[in-house]
Amino acid sequence: MITIVDYKAGNLTSVQLAFEHFGARVRITDDPKDVLAGSRVVFPGVGAAGAAMEQLAGLGLLDALRTVIGRGTPFLGICIGMQVLLEFSEEGETTCMGVLPGRVRRFRPRDPLCKIPQIGWNAVNIAKPHPLFAGIEDASEFYFVHSYYPAPADQVLIAGRTDYADAVFASAVARDNLFATQFHPERSGRIGLRLLENFADWNP
Amino acid sequence: MLTKRIIPCLDVRDKKVTKGVRFQNNVDLGDPVEMAVAYSDGGCDELVFYDITASAERRPIDIEMVRQVARAVHIPFAVGGGIQNLDDMRRVLLAGAEKVSVNSLAVENPGIIAEGARQFGAQCIVLGMDPAKTDDLARFPSGYEITTRGFRHRTGLDALAWAKRAEQLGAGEIVVNSVDADGTREGYELNLTRLIATNVGVPVVASGGAGVPRHLTDVFKEAFADAAIIASMTHSGEYSIKAIKDELIAAGVPIRRKW
Repeated sequence: MITIVDYKAGNLTSVQLAFEHFGARVRITDDPKDVLAGSRVVFPGVGAAGAAMEQLAGLGLLDALRTVIGRGTPFLGICIGMQVLLEFSEEGETTCMGVLPGRVRRFRPRDPLCKIPQIGWNAVNIAKPHPLFAGIEDASEFYFVHSYYPAPADQVLIAGRTDYADAVFASAVARDNLFATQFHPERSGRIGLRLLENFADWNP
Repeated sequence: MLTKRIIPCLDVRDKKVTKGVRFQNNVDLGDPVEMAVAYSDGGCDELVFYDITASAERRPIDIEMVRQVARAVHIPFAVGGGIQNLDDMRRVLLAGAEKVSVNSLAVENPGIIAEGARQFGAQCIVLGMDPAKTDDLARFPSGYEITTRGFRHRTGLDALAWAKRAEQLGAGEIVVNSVDADGTREGYELNLTRLIATNVGVPVVASGGAGVPRHLTDVFKEAFADAAIIASMTHSGEYSIKAIKDELIAAGVPIRRKW
């Protein structure tokens, strides 16, 4: 069973359908008790960091998320669900969860033709082997939609790197039972489904 | 490096994909879900569906079709053609579309862009525009006027001014569909695409006129498009996505190679 955390930050349909594609059972919930009962937790989200943190606090989800991460439950953050794990986001000067050391920064391209947000497929250069990358070739492209990027303070956390707008940023991070991606595996075709299937089978 | 996107466009009428010169002489090409799967497996980077009869008949978008597509393909896709209000946007996005595309509706009610961006995020809101060439440079400094309703209606809006306005309102992406190039298969309208792409900060998708892979190379390298819509060149079976991508890669365009 995959528990998908619903904190009203965007549309969860595509995440649900991607897991169901390979037969995983999915529960979508905004209830901290369900999150605590989860054996695998997916923490997706699109939108603004500030609104996301307000929703998480309002729904009483922050402690539940910290607890499942701390106790070793396989945990996958996606997009805003990755960014709010860091300490601080430049988006709206938002204090985030601080599960991971580091900040979220805005892209500031010198080239005016470099568009913000980054929308589209970009290569993820694998920085360290990880069970979630099993069967996925180095430099495979994944689908991105974002204006801000994670900048973890500890380079050891970085599992994948991507190049955009004069920045080489951490497009995937990993620590123990936690994995998080700036890209959207649920929108990244067969290769993205492989990453999600790897997560569904992962026993950290 | 961010790759350039190739986006097949599926015009849907009565649950069938059709293609004519737009809105005329339409011929059934197949089932939308089967075609979406074939294109996704074939390496397209995104898809767009226009429910082309929805607007004319004033009926809502076929949500069940959107659901079926979302279950079948796991790449981004946009839906347009019959969006009439925020509720339609919400239903299409909750059914699994990544983006909604508004065109005539945004001209009639520009506030829908801002409201959609606020409720669902700017990345979900695509502005489609159909500019036509004009000699009246006094009224239309860009040389293009926005048309709507299948090119039949002239709006009095300058194309570049409208693009900038839409960006300010919160459109996450702009599809520039040249009325003059549409259906010609003689190439995208490079001047128009370049004009918009170099003057807005959001991604610009070129549309209308693609006939051979070289046309995509030109619109990416010379007109700075971020993505390009294709239709008849692949619907007809004349080119595969792979063949188009191979030619673009050989020309040095950044393209997604693994799928």
